[in-house]
Amino acid sequence: MSSLAVQKVPSAAGATGAAQNRPPLRSRIALVPTITLLLGAVYCLLPVAWVVIASTKSGRELFSTFTFLPGTGFADNISDLNAYRDGVYWKWMSNSAFYAGLGALLSTCVSAFSGYALATYRFRGRETIFNVLLAGVLMPPIILAVPQYLLLAKADLTDSYWSVLLPQVLSPYGVYLSRIYAAAAVPGDVVEAGRMDGASEWRIFTRIALPMMVPGLVTVFLFQFVAVWNNFLLPYIMLSDDEKFPITLGLHTLLEQGANTPALYTLVITGAFLAVIPLVALFLVIQRFWSLDLLSGAVKS
Amino acid sequence: MPNAKRRRLSRVTATVVAVTLGGTALAACGSSDEDSEAQSGPVSLTYWTWTPGMDKVVDLWNKGPGKKDQITVTVKKQASGDTLVTKILTAHKAGKAPDLVQAEYQALPTLVSNDALADIAKNVGDAKSKFADGVWQQTTLGTDAVYAVPQDIGPMMFYYREDLFKKYGLTVPATWEQFAQTARALKKKAPDLDLTTFSANDSGLFAGLAQQAGAKWWTTSGDKWQVGINDAATKKVAEFWGGLVKEGAIDNQPMYTPAWNKALNTGKQIAWVSAVWAPGTLTTAAPDTEGKWAMAPLPQWSQSDNVTGSWGGSSTAVTTDSKHKEAAAKFAAWLNTDGDALNALAKEGGIYPASSSAQLSGAFTAPPAFFSNQPDFYNEAADIAKTTAPSAWGPNVNVAYTTFKDAFGAAAKNKSDFTVALDEMQADTVADMKKQGFEVSE
Repeated sequence: MSSLAVQKVPSAAGATGAAQNRPPLRSRIALVPTITLLLGAVYCLLPVAWVVIASTKSGRELFSTFTFLPGTGFADNISDLNAYRDGVYWKWMSNSAFYAGLGALLSTCVSAFSGYALATYRFRGRETIFNVLLAGVLMPPIILAVPQYLLLAKADLTDSYWSVLLPQVLSPYGVYLSRIYAAAAVPGDVVEAGRMDGASEWRIFTRIALPMMVPGLVTVFLFQFVAVWNNFLLPYIMLSDDEKFPITLGLHTLLEQGANTPALYTLVITGAFLAVIPLVALFLVIQRFWSLDLLSGAVKS
Repeated sequence: MPNAKRRRLSRVTATVVAVTLGGTALAACGSSDEDSEAQSGPVSLTYWTWTPGMDKVVDLWNKGPGKKDQITVTVKKQASGDTLVTKILTAHKAGKAPDLVQAEYQALPTLVSNDALADIAKNVGDAKSKFADGVWQQTTLGTDAVYAVPQDIGPMMFYYREDLFKKYGLTVPATWEQFAQTARALKKKAPDLDLTTFSANDSGLFAGLAQQAGAKWWTTSGDKWQVGINDAATKKVAEFWGGLVKEGAIDNQPMYTPAWNKALNTGKQIAWVSAVWAPGTLTTAAPDTEGKWAMAPLPQWSQSDNVTGSWGGSSTAVTTDSKHKEAAAKFAAWLNTDGDALNALAKEGGIYPASSSAQLSGAFTAPPAFFSNQPDFYNEAADIAKTTAPSAWGPNVNVAYTTFKDAFGAAAKNKSDFTVALDEMQADTVADMKKQGFEVSE
């Protein structure tokens, strides 16, 4: 989204420069959306820019120098973060990668199975299940955190890696998206043709339907990855051992140390900055899979 | 094919129903007490705390007295704040609260009224003698029980820029009346500067100021609670600060923001009503002002008074979920009364100890680095700590605090009547207590 807006910048500048040569109507149409997008981009990017710049400031510079003037403390901040309680920050980072990576992968699998089944098979209660799922999409996961804790406590799973992974495997939104996508991308004729050729249902799913669903599943994976990476309340309630904390919780404990100790602002800001990098990298890498949409032309209608 | 599908589906439905029912049953039997005291053999305890460096202090126990008694404590570091109370109560609902928790004094009634804290009166020995009465009273809630051992306290003090006070010819106010005059005098000499600000984003500050004025927000008589948030003493405090904000003698911007840090660092605000832990906050908020501040007792309501309030401070409590309450209480008493433990706590965690004897020993013989210009900082602090007024916390401090932030935040911003906000705080608190099922007398 934001990269789109950024690409607009040069064209907007060009448009005003070359305004005399072009029909005035065109530039008038382009101006409003461009400005809107630009404003949106500024709104989204300004806080990011703040984090990036603030992470370069030393504790002394943080609140005393001009906000958008880069500081001199970046290397020190990194090494302080490294040294904090024997590098527990990197432990949090790898925990987050584990929760988000495995959680998103499992969730994508579950979504693919159920979304495909809901889209392809007709059975009684299908619409009911789908409606329940829709209701699940509308339900904020925060509401479920405490009941989930009580359930997992019953199974003696709290304060374990499972307690954070399991509740996030089933994502109503992921199933919903998979169903919509499978209905659009996997034509019934293709499935029928597979059956005629004697392929088993499993084979049809894995060899024919799954490749067609890839762009949709990539979206589900990304959404789920970001959701787990940013999740705070569920791990907050589930975990008490800070060796198992994800990055969100870890940074929170850095910030809330009681009034007796100076707040570790520089560490938190640098930590937050580093924690964004994997997400940005993931988006840049996976973005290309979205354009595979065009492959879904297997049937002539 | 469709048949198999249907069968599978009905099984899924059955599972869902079973899980839901399980959840209900669980909620019903969540708080079963287990009072078995198995004291034979090695005991291992878990401890939720936010104090930095607590693991190192606990190591002293695990290698020393703990090793002898075969009691091993494991620290699980948490974030401080009201959310931790919620987390403890949630865990307690599932019977899974840790053996030991760190809790702020104002959170104790909430935890006790939810039956989360154990009475350890029999297990803490002569710990009471190590603390000032006003401090100890906070952990008994006015009963014969003992629900926690005090760890650190936050007696309130007045901090001011010594150099700027001299520059503008101001004297350190001994009473609140003089405080108001000082604020006005500064405005006259330097209209751009403020003596301080009234901030509504930390309710503990206002609670401490009210406590100094003699307010008793929660009291009990018989089986009934009495809520006195808008009592005469608190009204006096609210009117005083509301008046200063309204006439523009002090600023009305919240503290702990980058703008506030900047105001302190550049000398735009030249004083801060705070507590004993202020040097730590000033170190990060106003790094360029090192050595320029000084600390004095809080201004008084009348010349002859000598009392202060408290802002912050916490205790170590044993939960009812613990299977080894006696061992846990033993550790809690050691942690907060043993000289070596308190020294380590001060060094690693930067706490100001509740234990009177520790307030002048070890780490507290020299002033904090930020206040090197005031060599007797901790002597003065210990004297001030002795004058702490008794506090009166109730079971829904969090509700009162939330309303405070909203109502007083708006009143400070609009420079409107603070007593209206105070009445709102009283009404919300009483309504919530009634909703929770407490008997409240009007």
